Amino acid sequence: MRYSGWRVIAEGLRGQRGWAPVWRDPAPKAEYDTVIIGGGGHGLSTAWYLAKNHGLTDVAVLEKGYLGGGNVGRNTTIVRANYFLPGNSEFYSHSLKLWEGLEAELNYNVMHSQRGLINLFHSDGQRDAFVRRGNAMINQGDDAVLLDREGVREMLPYLDYGQTRFPIHGGLLHPRGGTARHDAVAWGYARAADRRGVDLVQNCEVTGIDIMNGRVTGVQTTRGAIRARRVGIITAGRSGQVAAMAGMRLPVESHILQAFVTEGLKPCIDHVISFGMGHFYISQSDKGGLVFGGDLDFYASYAQRGNLPMVEHVMEAGMTLMPMIGRAKVLRSWGGIMDMTPDGSPIIDRTPVEGLFIDCGWNYGGFKAVPASGWCMAHLMATGESHDYARRFRLDRFATGHLLDEEGTGSQHNLH
Amino acid sequence: MSTPPNAGPVRVAGYGLIDRSEPLRFSFDGVEYGGCRGDTVASALLANGVRLMGRSFKYHRPRGVLTAGAEEPNALVTVIEDGQQTPNVRATVQELFGGLRVASQNRWPSLSLDLMAVNDLAAPFLAAGFYYKTFMWPRAFWEKLYEPLIRRAAGLGRLSGRHDDAPYEKAYAFCDLLVIGAGPAGLMAALAAGRAGADVILAEEDSRMGGRLLSEQPVVGGRPGPEWAETVLAELATMPNIRLMPRTTVTGAYDHGTFGALERVGLHLAETGPLPRECFWRIVAKRAILAAGALERPVAFPDNDRPGVMLASAALAYLNRWGVLAGRRIAVFANNDGARATARALQAAGAEVMLIDSRPNASALEDFRVWRGAQVTGTRGRLGLREITLTDSAGSVTLEVDCLAVSGGWNPTLHLACHMNGRPEWDAALAAFVPRPDMVPGLEAAGAARGLFDTAACLADGLRAAREALADLGLKPAALEAPETADQPYAIEPLWAVPGRGRAWLDLANDVTVKDVTLAAAENFRSVEHMKRYTTQGMAPDQGRNSNVAALAVLADATGRGIPETGTTTFRPPYSPVSIAAMGAGGRAEGFQPQRFMTSHQASVARHAPMIEAGLWYRPSYFPLPGEATWRDACDREVAMVRGSVGVCDVSTLGKIDIQGPDAARFLDFVYTNTFSTLPVGRVRYGLMLREDGHVMDDGTTARLGETHYLMTTTTAAAGQVMRHLDFVRQAHCADWDVALISVTEQWAQFAVAGPKARDLLNTMLDEPLTGDFPFMGCGPLRLMGVEARLFRISFSGELGYEIAVPARYGAALFRDLCARAETFGGGPYGLEALNVLRIEKGFVTHAEIHGRVTAFDIGMARMIAAGKDCIGKAAAARPGLSGAEREQLVGLKPASPQTPVSAGAHLFAAADPAVRKHSQGYVTSACWSPTLGSWLGLGFLRNGRARTGEMVRMVDHLRGAEMLCEVCHPVFHDPEGGKMRG
Amino acid sequence: MRITCPLCGTRDRREYTYYGSDDYLNRPAPDAPPQAWDDHLHNRDNPAGRTRDLWYHDPCGTWLAVTRDTVTHAVHGVDPVMPVSGRGGA
Repeated sequence: MRYSGWRVIAEGLRGQRGWAPVWRDPAPKAEYDTVIIGGGGHGLSTAWYLAKNHGLTDVAVLEKGYLGGGNVGRNTTIVRANYFLPGNSEFYSHSLKLWEGLEAELNYNVMHSQRGLINLFHSDGQRDAFVRRGNAMINQGDDAVLLDREGVREMLPYLDYGQTRFPIHGGLLHPRGGTARHDAVAWGYARAADRRGVDLVQNCEVTGIDIMNGRVTGVQTTRGAIRARRVGIITAGRSGQVAAMAGMRLPVESHILQAFVTEGLKPCIDHVISFGMGHFYISQSDKGGLVFGGDLDFYASYAQRGNLPMVEHVMEAGMTLMPMIGRAKVLRSWGGIMDMTPDGSPIIDRTPVEGLFIDCGWNYGGFKAVPASGWCMAHLMATGESHDYARRFRLDRFATGHLLDEEGTGSQHNLH
Repeated sequence: MSTPPNAGPVRVAGYGLIDRSEPLRFSFDGVEYGGCRGDTVASALLANGVRLMGRSFKYHRPRGVLTAGAEEPNALVTVIEDGQQTPNVRATVQELFGGLRVASQNRWPSLSLDLMAVNDLAAPFLAAGFYYKTFMWPRAFWEKLYEPLIRRAAGLGRLSGRHDDAPYEKAYAFCDLLVIGAGPAGLMAALAAGRAGADVILAEEDSRMGGRLLSEQPVVGGRPGPEWAETVLAELATMPNIRLMPRTTVTGAYDHGTFGALERVGLHLAETGPLPRECFWRIVAKRAILAAGALERPVAFPDNDRPGVMLASAALAYLNRWGVLAGRRIAVFANNDGARATARALQAAGAEVMLIDSRPNASALEDFRVWRGAQVTGTRGRLGLREITLTDSAGSVTLEVDCLAVSGGWNPTLHLACHMNGRPEWDAALAAFVPRPDMVPGLEAAGAARGLFDTAACLADGLRAAREALADLGLKPAALEAPETADQPYAIEPLWAVPGRGRAWLDLANDVTVKDVTLAAAENFRSVEHMKRYTTQGMAPDQGRNSNVAALAVLADATGRGIPETGTTTFRPPYSPVSIAAMGAGGRAEGFQPQRFMTSHQASVARHAPMIEAGLWYRPSYFPLPGEATWRDACDREVAMVRGSVGVCDVSTLGKIDIQGPDAARFLDFVYTNTFSTLPVGRVRYGLMLREDGHVMDDGTTARLGETHYLMTTTTAAAGQVMRHLDFVRQAHCADWDVALISVTEQWAQFAVAGPKARDLLNTMLDEPLTGDFPFMGCGPLRLMGVEARLFRISFSGELGYEIAVPARYGAALFRDLCARAETFGGGPYGLEALNVLRIEKGFVTHAEIHGRVTAFDIGMARMIAAGKDCIGKAAAARPGLSGAEREQLVGLKPASPQTPVSAGAHLFAAADPAVRKHSQGYVTSACWSPTLGSWLGLGFLRNGRARTGEMVRMVDHLRGAEMLCEVCHPVFHDPEGGKMRG
Repeated sequence: MRITCPLCGTRDRREYTYYGSDDYLNRPAPDAPPQAWDDHLHNRDNPAGRTRDLWYHDPCGTWLAVTRDTVTHAVHGVDPVMPVSGRGGA
């Protein structure tokens, strides 16, 4: 069923009786060509691009809970391409281009809204680092504009420019940065993949990976064994446990990152604002809630919930930057499991087991990467070769020292 | 209004706990009304006959109060102050005070005539998730047209847009037992624990403690509920070990007995004086009792959202607590026994009452008409309820009523128990979720929060929970019996949604109907999380407290599953929304992070130096003199001053770590790449420190003050990180070594005295003058005007330079004195700007260069990794990716035309290459105008840069529109032989 | 979140700085093969459940190995990484 404004009107006139299920609920078959473990954003986009770009539709996505129930459904929805290291630049640039065509590609309104992202800086040193970043973005063919203090004030008049602790010196504007409706991305990819014949199997937890003579042969699940020629592990914060089923230890630690949303308010913040000195970023959703977040809680955790120190730190940062939000009330807080790699960049690579692939290590930035991650992972799984945009996302780069450390905090865990 | 004059809510005599002797004036949407001390905005508006209090989120439907508490989904208002306003305030919570100004929200132009209600007419097209299926074409229209329209229509109240400058506070509290909720169970628990000597906090969301004892007023111990509650509270108030915290909502349960709580301190006062508006508490409790009661839930039936439709418990509360009869002709619609008492009370207060009991076998024995096996199937009244239609086996009847009191049963208020991911269990007899034990370690539910809906049971259960907590705490319970009270039988037959034409609302706050949920199920959003996200059910300000269970039941029905199999969504903190200002209290302006000041701060400020942030520190940027137009004028002068005579700079922000012990030398050899055990006493050496991952962590000088005594300096930025790192290496890897470390950063004030006249200057004040034999990179103790001081002959400027350190208490005096003496030599103080120019001219790196991604190899210091010993980071630095011609290496950059600025952050390209990503070969890290060389200079990283000395590369800064050729050179521009600093 | 420092008592999480898994305690020999260093620095069991990781109590400068649960956040034990008796030189 194709979605359109006409269809919405027609269904409105006949009492919404004609909508078909958004996806099927198939029981898993005994065998697939390709099995994807994990029905989150990255797994679903991988399934879609396997079907669309490579014609592979004998594919199952196995999800232990419900589709899109992981980080794709619990993030702050920011979409941007403002990386500066070669290896990241081209990947996120490609991802943003895919975002820009996603509604048409999926026939689903993911509400991608390029309202502009502004990274604030507060010292000459930070400015120079952002200039380097902005120039890298332009070198890549993306957009960036350097704003001075007055330029920021013109766009964001409500910030506290009298604030003396970390005065606002200026900002780097990424006009094509913005947000999207997180759940819709998962649903859009799921629906599109389902329509191409991909089996999306929910409530199906993988409990083992079958390997024979160094080659993957299938998976064990709570709904029975499934044979497969190719298996992709795309399980974000749970990557460590799934990889362990194949005897692997990953360069990944799982951490908690909290985020917050306020009660609905009339529009007051039109952009995405990032306040690095306070580890604080904010935007306003179309429903009117202020969506914001901060830094990791900084301890390994699978609890999907955090503690007060970081909650309060985030609120304090908000109050120092934009005290006009003081009267907004936080409605809900939540936490996601972040698959943190030592250098803060992801992994899309083969594994030592033939036919077994892995896509993980998205740290706290996986949402924007959903389209390109699926694109590149599908390419890798279909062809056996790394896509050019993801060629540096290697599993062995920590051993070899070919790191992708955007934050400069090291190739050791937990320094970023 | 469509309500006849003899209808609608009214204040009745002889009821309520308000103080009628204190009338108050307040305004709502500009119209002035009267109320009493003890009223909420909602009760006062009802007392004035006002039922319409808000507009719904999506369809802008007229709405009145549903509840009498913080869970209110409809009556959200804006409290107006001069120049400030607070949106989304629950009219049911906001206490009345004289002069209070309140406005309705989410309507235009007015509450009774809201043109946005056009959405309601379009409702057939606006079903759940419709926006995912449209607005896609043409693409540009989403951001330019559709989204702005949606954004404007959405949202509830409006922020003022002005800084919130009001006072807020945060505080910590500790206790043996936190009792959450001061109803019958909570009061009994607090009394039992208090008498046993436990340190107790009793927190209650309401302004007045007592819970249902106030709203239902059962007879307890032979007395009216409120009286019994007052007696208990009076006793608790006399106990020093009890802290009563009314107006305090426990908002979240966190790890290890930590709870968040929001106290509304000044929100109920016309004049707050010095009081904060709110205080956010972090309460650490050894044990906690969740006695938060239960919340009544509505039933979904067609057009169940009109002003005048409210919960039966709310109608009872308005009567008993505030003396307001919610209507003159009240229909009570219920599926359980609990609402009968309400109907009787409403009748006793003078209302004409009828009961519609959905249960066919319910008793018909009442003093009012009882319709059994009947359901409300429709309502009328545009801005307020006028009539209802009820349907039973005999057919449909229309009744004229001005209030419909609904009870769909009760849900235990178990949210806090779920904050640590615990899932409650379904109790089929209660048709409700009840908490399981140990969902939150140390927290025990009691009373209605545990599914005991009878007052007698609540009193007894509070006592039980207290006794268990006391046993855990090792305290002996005092003798105490629960008082006698009448049983209130509770039987229920589930009724979630009444079928029929028209929309039946589940989530009033987000305008989610039964049909939306069934549509979600039909579209295969069958998981409860999918349904929630697709329909937005439960995501509005009331967090689904009024509707989640019913929506779940509708979903279960639509998908042919039972409620327990369908599951629940997760409850997350906060339990009630909390203002950002309260949780962020203290963060305003400079309060966000600590401020660290050097001892020279006042003197620098007195010299009009702009003080800029360096980490948590403040350092002078430059010291302007009269006649200097820009910072560059001052900076150029200060650089020339240091190069020509002498300058003084406070360098106390550098980290200083005192390292002592027989193994101190060995320890330094291990944490630095180079060797310190060979350093003679009285000498200083530059040290390079790696992280264990092989990248440069920090650099600095370390002095050997004695055979077993070293003093390390770190950069300002990395001082804390280095201290932590050294402690780790010492404790984790060198546990049996005899070495001790301590930070002495704040104990010593340290000043650089640099320039050809540096020695002359120091000699004017030293007890024993320096001679030329105090060698470069020497150090030693000395006396400075009678004060024990330390002198280091080190230079970050490339000139003859010393750093002199004195105990911090002498810093301010020494700085003033040094500056004054420097001026007699034609010198003076210099700031960070000049410091930066001086170090760039010398090619010294800072964290602009050692930014975390660079290796010793990159900055040309690979040879500093000593061959004969192990050190932190050595093994990892040997990884193939961390060295080689592909790496970007530190270089100096000189522009082809010296007057053209070098641009920090610009990228570097081979002269003939286009400025695109795949040709980028490096970037500029630092740049300055060098008054010494009469040229702009830059430091940067360039691929294989050291081998490219002399090559012209293209520098491109797209952002600043700068582009030029630069010559690659050695990073030391000034005095490359180092004769000046050694001289 | 509260952790009990063996020297100072039970303190709020704000007083602690987290480092990571106790893999960091087992530093390979300088000449150990690259794989040993890769395991030491990067590869992790990353358990969902009981783990032992390293925390620094900033006020007293003590590094602690905390045995705790990454799913429930329960703390089972806290030990200084350097035995208190071994504090030579201090």
